Amino acid sequence: MDFGLSEEHQMVQRMVRDFAAKEVLPTIQEQDRVGAMAPFVIPRMAELGILGITVPVQYGGQGMDYISLGLVCEELEAVDTSLRVIISVHNGLTCLTLLQWGTEKQKMKYLVPLAKGDKIGCGAFTEPGAGSDFAQIQSTGKKDGKDYILNGEKMWISLASVANYAIVTVRTGKNTKRAYQGLSTFLVDLDSPGITRGDIHGKLGVRAGSTGWINFQDVRVSADNLIGEEGEGFKVTMSAFDSGRYTVAAGATGLIRAALEASSAYAEERNAFGEKISDFQLIQAKIARMALDYQAARLLYLQAGSLKNQGIRNTRETSSAKWYATEASFQAASEAVQIHGAYGYSDEYPVERYLRNAKGAMIYEGSNEIQSLIQAEYALNRRRDKKIRLELPPYDPISWT
Amino acid sequence: MKIIVCVKQVPDTAATMTVDSGVISWGDAPLIINPWDEFAVEAALNLAADQGGEVIALCLGKEGETEAIKHALAMGADSAVMVSDPALKDADNVAASKVLVAAIQKIGDADLVLFGQQSVDTVTGLLPVQVARLLKWPSLTLVSKFEGISPDDGKLQVLRSMEEGNQVVDGALPAVVSITKDYGEPRYPSFMGIRKASKAEFPVWSLTDLGIETPSSSITWPEISEPVQKEIVTEIIEGDTPEEKAKNLVEKLVAEKVL
Repeated sequence: MDFGLSEEHQMVQRMVRDFAAKEVLPTIQEQDRVGAMAPFVIPRMAELGILGITVPVQYGGQGMDYISLGLVCEELEAVDTSLRVIISVHNGLTCLTLLQWGTEKQKMKYLVPLAKGDKIGCGAFTEPGAGSDFAQIQSTGKKDGKDYILNGEKMWISLASVANYAIVTVRTGKNTKRAYQGLSTFLVDLDSPGITRGDIHGKLGVRAGSTGWINFQDVRVSADNLIGEEGEGFKVTMSAFDSGRYTVAAGATGLIRAALEASSAYAEERNAFGEKISDFQLIQAKIARMALDYQAARLLYLQAGSLKNQGIRNTRETSSAKWYATEASFQAASEAVQIHGAYGYSDEYPVERYLRNAKGAMIYEGSNEIQSLIQAEYALNRRRDKKIRLELPPYDPISWT
Repeated sequence: MKIIVCVKQVPDTAATMTVDSGVISWGDAPLIINPWDEFAVEAALNLAADQGGEVIALCLGKEGETEAIKHALAMGADSAVMVSDPALKDADNVAASKVLVAAIQKIGDADLVLFGQQSVDTVTGLLPVQVARLLKWPSLTLVSKFEGISPDDGKLQVLRSMEEGNQVVDGALPAVVSITKDYGEPRYPSFMGIRKASKAEFPVWSLTDLGIETPSSSITWPEISEPVQKEIVTEIIEGDTPEEKAKNLVEKLVAEKVL
């Protein structure tokens, strides 16, 4: 068993690390302060191919594997969570969902411009009244000839105000035996008549990123835009989360690394009681914990990525990786603030931003309470992965490139 | 045009360097392409795109240390040649330039040989001029821009950028040119380039392949030590008014013989 990264993976890692450090890091603190993403970021990521990294070349992407996707997320979030969020919703929730569930026609029409970064995608699932209890969403899609008419509101949607397309799950069936059976997923052009959208302000973290709401009022969507079949929306959405959670796990791993590096550097230069604070065992214990968590979180997401590459279902492993990494990243960021003392409490140092950014990932893409229930169900043999009609395709270095 | 760009691998500039018993160590930090060489690769790729032609990355180094070559290939170089021989372990600048010249001649027909301005590890900046001297080609150092180049007429015009000012210089091809970072930001490797580079195969030439003897080196490093750590003391100058603070500061600076 080889735990090392291939030469290709190392080059991907270095390329994205250089981009984030050179072009985003110098101004990120200011972007976080003003609460907006620098306008050049998304076009630049598109230009560099980062937005289509794990999409086959035939669909406009870069044809890199799922491990590369994880590495990109780790590197981006080591600079700021808002960067990784772009990949999570654009590549994870949108591109990979189309790759898994889209028809050939849908892939050519929508996945190609998304993977090239000509269009930006987001995933619109959560509603004001339904997050973890996703089967209870209230938005509706009513059949009208060859179209569906969408009504309702989606909330806490990353890139809501920026994206061109959204993957949207709504209720199309009323009298199904179980609530989740009545859901369907659509690809919606966000410039369609009847759509209004905006940003949510006053967030605790990810302030340099866009988070918003999308309102649908009698929005007409062609049945050609159904992703999967009618009634398959719950499965489509859950597979979108299997992809999105993976990017969150890898990103949170990057945040642990950032907290660890900032803490180590500060502890080496700060003196107290006549010694560097890195000489104190209580400080060392915190740093040791971060180092351990970084390794553990990294192995967990690489395991999930390896399963994705092989085309093996990884709901359990991806959920573990997301749960562990996001809890550990919050803990690491909190301890990083503690190590920095009063300076850590101000935005003169990046660690308070890490702490604010880390909290969100414990809530979105399936709260960590949901992740723990998933793990309990697997452990108690109450949950088995059922075969789904379309699985996320394995990585194939020949056909993808 | 046929452009050879010489690249070198060096320890990551972010690595912590230590010296133990005269041996330099950078821990387990990875090797990277010499950052200055990225500007040379960028210049080579732009020239080849404008003029047509090929870019060949040439690297002298230990066998298996292919980071610099792979980076150049991932940026878009067409092919690469590695020169590696255990006999070159302690090669100095003069020896290295002789080996590079033999490789440049074996590749043959180059219009231009590009270098980064210097390497971040030895920081001599001598290799471009030594290679030019041995090839008996013009040496154009510290170039930030190609004002014009005509392989058919065998001419080029470059802008040299120095602290004191700029010079426009005419030269003849073939030539050896070293590139400064004023040339402009080097591109990142593309994902397609990364895939290509990770699969790329390139020849590794030994001194025997080059048909030369081990060149002698006259420079050695009998002693290497870390810079002496300076004790830094921070003192806040007190005073009731800004004028008094300034006066106290001046007195302190005079007392410390700074002024």
